[in-house]
Amino acid sequence: MKDEDIILKLVARFLFPFVQLFALYVIIHGKSSPGGGFQGGVILATSIILYSIVFGRQKARDIFPEKINNILISLGVLIYALVGIFCIIFGGNYLEYNTLPFATPQEASKMGILFIEIGIGITVFSVMTACFLELSRKK
Amino acid sequence: MRFFQIFLIIICGAVLIYGVADFPFLGDPRAPANNYIIKRYLEKSYSETGAENVVTAVLAHYRGYDTLGETTVIFTAGISVILLLRRKKNER
Repeated sequence: MKDEDIILKLVARFLFPFVQLFALYVIIHGKSSPGGGFQGGVILATSIILYSIVFGRQKARDIFPEKINNILISLGVLIYALVGIFCIIFGGNYLEYNTLPFATPQEASKMGILFIEIGIGITVFSVMTACFLELSRKK
Repeated sequence: MRFFQIFLIIICGAVLIYGVADFPFLGDPRAPANNYIIKRYLEKSYSETGAENVVTAVLAHYRGYDTLGETTVIFTAGISVILLLRRKKNER
């Protein structure tokens, strides 16, 4: 480890979990405050991009390998589509959250919105990190 | 040939600007965008969807299918970036 980079690496390593925690807050509070799935996914990708800028592209690829990246890209869209299918199973149209089996239709709609925000966040995070880590290759 | 293309661009731009100048103002109470459906979205948003944020309620509940299409577009963009730019490990 070079001596001149030590402050940068220490501060980045300290900030890494707080950025992810804030991204999780923005995703889950999507229905109450400004934010939601898209914004929280981009903030979550910012943490991996920060790691890649400070420590190098290869180390960022080591902590986030290509196989997991490939799986997570499709997992978000799959979660979203599966929520719609669950709404059909419990009697209703596609993506009609009021028919999910929770206490009241209003609470069922809240849980439906939460699940689809999580799905959107996962997909946006994986696509942004894949775009960044592929475009920053050295030939 | 270039003059013909520039002329065509200017004609299309002029037609578009002439169409945009006829729009109603942003908060006009007589505009059709503010009358029919927006009252229902603003009044019944919390009791039907349970989301205090009206933007998220419209985007995730009333127009949830469009958001599924948007997520699929992001997914397709990611797949094309990976297809075009990823190489095997021993070729780097």
